[in-house]
Amino acid sequence: MNETKENETKPLTAGLRLEHNEASAVQLVLSGEWRKESDRSASSRALGEMRTIKGIRKIVIVGGEIQSWDSILPSFLRVVDAYAAEIQAEIELQELPDGARRLWELSRLAPELPAQSVVREQGFVARLGNVALYARDEFRDALKFLGELFQALRALLRGRANCRRSDFMVALQECGPEALPIITLISLLVGMILAFLGSVQLKLFGVEIFVANAVAIGMLREMGALMTGILLAGRTGAAFAARLGTMQVNEEIDALRTLGFPPMEFLVLPRVLALIIALPLLAIYSGLVGILGGAIVGVTMLDLSPVQYYLQTISSVTPKAIFSGLIKASVFGVLVAFSGCMQGLRCERSASAVGRATTAAVVNAIVYIVVADALISIIYVLIHF
Amino acid sequence: MPTSETHIEVRDLTMAYGDRVIQRDLLFDVMRGQIFVIMGGSGCGKSTLLRHLIGLQAPVKGTVSYAGEPFWPADEEVRIAQMRQMGILYQSGALWCSMTLAENVALPLETYTKLSRSDIAESVSLKLALVGLAGFGEYYPSEISGGMRKRAGLARAMALDPDILFFDEPSAGLDPISAKRLDDLILELRDGLGATIVVVTHELASIFAIGDDSLFLDAETKTQIARGAPRELLQTSDNSKVQEFLRRGEKRK
Ligand SMILES: Nc1ncnc2c1ncn2[C@@H]1O[C@H](COP(=O)(O)OP(=O)(O)OP(=O)(O)O)[C@@H](O)[C@H]1O
Ligand SMILES: [Mg+2]
Repeated sequence: MNETKENETKPLTAGLRLEHNEASAVQLVLSGEWRKESDRSASSRALGEMRTIKGIRKIVIVGGEIQSWDSILPSFLRVVDAYAAEIQAEIELQELPDGARRLWELSRLAPELPAQSVVREQGFVARLGNVALYARDEFRDALKFLGELFQALRALLRGRANCRRSDFMVALQECGPEALPIITLISLLVGMILAFLGSVQLKLFGVEIFVANAVAIGMLREMGALMTGILLAGRTGAAFAARLGTMQVNEEIDALRTLGFPPMEFLVLPRVLALIIALPLLAIYSGLVGILGGAIVGVTMLDLSPVQYYLQTISSVTPKAIFSGLIKASVFGVLVAFSGCMQGLRCERSASAVGRATTAAVVNAIVYIVVADALISIIYVLIHF
Repeated sequence: MPTSETHIEVRDLTMAYGDRVIQRDLLFDVMRGQIFVIMGGSGCGKSTLLRHLIGLQAPVKGTVSYAGEPFWPADEEVRIAQMRQMGILYQSGALWCSMTLAENVALPLETYTKLSRSDIAESVSLKLALVGLAGFGEYYPSEISGGMRKRAGLARAMALDPDILFFDEPSAGLDPISAKRLDDLILELRDGLGATIVVVTHELASIFAIGDDSLFLDAETKTQIARGAPRELLQTSDNSKVQEFLRRGEKRK
């Protein structure tokens, strides 16, 4: 009774005894439970001792006393085997469990073809070089992508593009109407913020009514397009990259290519067109909602009358303001589609690559948008537009 | 060697996606230490059956139990505890692509055992060597071939020396020599470690080489149409579909 109880609580142990009777041979005598959960300190001790003995020509492994085992045992045999190979000693197995011996042999059978060892650790200079190479590749890819995109557009104009109308409609639906709620919310708030900002300054001069001008021009010329561009970069650009990237992972893009559907025409073209059309429309909508937001602030907090605010807004809005906002929005549309599709298509074949492609698509699109916005604004100033 | 102790017990199992029934009234036992082959035409529901056996999908009707303990229906926690005893090779490998092969195999060992770092490294190297991938530990899944991914998935399935191994088409995409080696490995896993192994496969050579028992699913009648050792089925089954399958489309003379 007492004994069984002791057995239950006693942890499993894997025994290993080193016997060194002859000068050039050692015996490793295994016993007990050779399992993952066993205590194997005896094994590391004996192996350490073996490593201190010089001139071993033969290692004999005796397994007759093993009670039970799992893959730890063949694993151990491999370690001893590797050491034997290192010191050019012979290895002999005695009374080892059949299964363990065969598993070990099977693992030795493997063609040890450690194909070129992969180098992952790199010094600072190498990393810097890699960054430069990566930037160069990306720039080249972007140029190539642009070139192919223009070719696809030409094919489209000639009516020879290999793409489906339904893909275009789906893309248009996804990046247009489905984005309305979020654009409404953000634009309304931006319009209100502009009105607040303007009112603080204009109050100093007693001309709060010009808040209407500031909001209308600000929303139509600038903020409508910019906010819509950034929202769609996060919403649609990311979706494009994830979608195309996953298709790349599943070899769907290869399948399209080999069947004679250039991905540029079949996948990218509908998406680019959808964004070029949707983004300006959404930008105008955003501008109008922003003006509404400004009006809410003007009427409720600045005590302007609705009619007054309306008339002031109408008088300040020129076709030029609307038009310049539209041009910006179209450019942003191209940039978002471009960066989303390009990152998706150059995605590698793994889930983490899809993640990287999506991140890059959004970050790049936002950077492109802000840079393009600055450039276009400068051009407008230069040509007095 | 197969024993006479029931390991997996499946009773009246009906599986469906939504309203669409895939297979109904499946009934079979898998003995401990047996290599059990699930076969049938493409799309008949073999992978789906596997998903039910490993707890990823709930049956519409029927029960599954392991060593007498209920699995479906059972509490989520009970099921998760039992799932830990299983090693699974998915049809597409399903390696985690942000980890190297060695890290893929090591993760279960790091999480569920108290092995030291060096023991884990040795264990990982053994498992990779067993599937013929010695020296590829530092590679990422995206850097190796489809067949190699399959074998690496197998190494990961064996990581914890599980009681039960489920293989979904282990030899698809492998050359004949690797496929033969894989069969040998499956036999060794069974004989050496005493594991129960459930294999979905189309490879006739390997069905006959390793199968102790088998189940034949039919897409048309949506149920099992044959049970038994593959060699015996070849001799004795009078179902023409089974005969055609086992003879690669040739009718019995
Ligand atoms: N997620 C799913 N939703 C709906 N139906 C599915 C789903 N997965 C599979 N099916 C259907 O279930 C059936 C069985 O699929 P399953 O993947 O189990 O086939 P299989 O026997 O493994 O085929 P194969 O040998 O080609 O791998 C198929 O007809 C398939 O259309
Ligand atoms: Mg399948």
